[in-house]
Amino acid sequence: MNFEFSEAHKLSQKMFRDFAENEVKPIADIIDEEERFPEENIPKMAKYGILGIPFPSEFGGQGADNLCYAMAVEELSRVCGTTGVIVSAHTSLCAAPIYEFGTPAQKEKYLIPLAKGEKLGAFGLTEPNAGTDAAAQQTVAVKKDDHYLINGSKIFITNAGYADIYVIMAMTDKSAGTRGISAFILEKDMPGFTIGKKELKLGIRGSATCELIFENVKIPLENLLGQEGKGFKIAMQTLDGGRIGIAAQALGIAQGAIDETIQYVKERKQFGKPISAFQNTQFQLADMQTKVDAARWLVYHAAFLKDKKQSYSKAAAQAKLFASETAMEVTTKAVQLFGGYGYTREYPVERMMRDAKITEIYEGTSEVQKMVIAANILK
Amino acid sequence: MKIIVCIKQVPDTTEVKIDSKTGTLIREGIPSIINPDDKAGIEAAIQLKEKYDAHITVLCMGPSQAETALKEAYAMGADRVILLSDRAFAGSDTWATSLTLSYAIKKLDYDLIICGRQAIDGDTAQVGPQIAEHLNLPQVSYVTDIEKIDSYLKVKKIFEDGYQIIKIKSPCLITVLKEMNNPRYMTINKIFNICNKQIIENWTINDIDMDANLTGLKASPTQVKKIQTKSVKASGKVHNVEPQEGVKLIIDKLQEKFII
Repeated sequence: MNFEFSEAHKLSQKMFRDFAENEVKPIADIIDEEERFPEENIPKMAKYGILGIPFPSEFGGQGADNLCYAMAVEELSRVCGTTGVIVSAHTSLCAAPIYEFGTPAQKEKYLIPLAKGEKLGAFGLTEPNAGTDAAAQQTVAVKKDDHYLINGSKIFITNAGYADIYVIMAMTDKSAGTRGISAFILEKDMPGFTIGKKELKLGIRGSATCELIFENVKIPLENLLGQEGKGFKIAMQTLDGGRIGIAAQALGIAQGAIDETIQYVKERKQFGKPISAFQNTQFQLADMQTKVDAARWLVYHAAFLKDKKQSYSKAAAQAKLFASETAMEVTTKAVQLFGGYGYTREYPVERMMRDAKITEIYEGTSEVQKMVIAANILK
Repeated sequence: MKIIVCIKQVPDTTEVKIDSKTGTLIREGIPSIINPDDKAGIEAAIQLKEKYDAHITVLCMGPSQAETALKEAYAMGADRVILLSDRAFAGSDTWATSLTLSYAIKKLDYDLIICGRQAIDGDTAQVGPQIAEHLNLPQVSYVTDIEKIDSYLKVKKIFEDGYQIIKIKSPCLITVLKEMNNPRYMTINKIFNICNKQIIENWTINDIDMDANLTGLKASPTQVKKIQTKSVKASGKVHNVEPQEGVKLIIDKLQEKFII
């Protein structure tokens, strides 16, 4: 057992922290208030390699690992949950499946610019009538000579509109259930592919969450990702990896709320002393930090298993379940410790509390995580 | 252009505490950083490289843990990183340090040597200028701007109340201020490269052909006798009162302290 980071991880953490503090934190409340996608930070993140951390250098990546990637999402989310999910959706949900299942030509054409951060990625599985029941896909792809024709729509797509490359699930055989789903790589400018309604959300308000609409989108055969009929498997494996990213996001949001709270309770005086001198404050913070540290090791462990190429589906679901519920609990307590000020937008803890909620919902709700964990231990 | 940047690893001053008994810095558990003026020197070298094409060697004299500072320098964009470390160097003052560094620099090719103005732990601002003297090089200190014109450099030297634009022929040495730029972040692939491969060159006294009697504590003409921190003054108090009442308040306070 070794709980010590390698020096490369320590230096990477320092770099992520510096970057988050200087480039992300100053705009976090602005992009939330304006519900604006932080476009200006995408080239900066690309420059320093933040958009291609776990991929080998021959594919334009940084040659680091999933632990390093999780640490990046954690540190970014510590100051801005929106920025955390932009990196997570790009890396885990778009670049990763192309890396895992793509042909050499697909990697050359799509993975390299994604990993370099020249292009931004997104992933489309959810539909109005296919949420947790992901197999109920209504988007269809029909094979015609040298192309597929895609029709349908997707909702709640992170990075939509700003992403250049989309990994999309569609039914190629309606009679075959989950085995009738296939994965495709779409480009933003393909005729018939449009971005629909933008969602107005409770939290992560700077993140772009939109509908995708496909009207006779013609896709070359070579843009089929993996084999026909394997799309559901690709989606489920992709989500396993994505859960590490979202767990890291939840972890970061929770730690960020504690950081803010520690600073505040030392300054805020009531009854003639800082509220950090009261045992209630101390006990609350002790509970909060203990849970966040427990979440941290679950997240790092899931990333570690993925890096070791061991089965990590259960570990990722556990990390995501625990980290997201911890984030919700910790941010709520943080607002409570701030009292009235915590409820105002003068302090960032209310934003963190709003941002935390989504981590219990997307990339599989907490209930889905429990299904995955139970299925793993009961088999 | 061949550039050498000399850097020092220092304790992060925002977290430094002084041992009240011995008057020395408590270093245990204090994170180390690249001295801020030196880090600006690395950034300045990288900017010159981007503009004029250059090769950057970063040189650091210090104990083995100073490797971390060199790893950071490499991950920012240095081409070659050398750690100058030997028990013989221990206890060197600024004279012995600058002499040791100049012996190492004699083993390298260079057009320009960049040093930070001063280190935040010692605050002497002596090592850079002393290296120039040992190597008999022209030097400009307190630089915030560097431009290359043929075989000359045009640099901006800052004073408290003004600046000079100076033309200096290379090879030369300049010392730079942290205010001159915002050092870039490390990139992840370079962090993983330097941590997973043997890229740092470790030089000892044998690599620089130096007589052991010229370096270390015994070759240091100066010694630190005592370090003191400035005593903290009591914070002021603001009284929002009418002028007449204010005058009375001031006189009372001055009398209370036996000043008048």
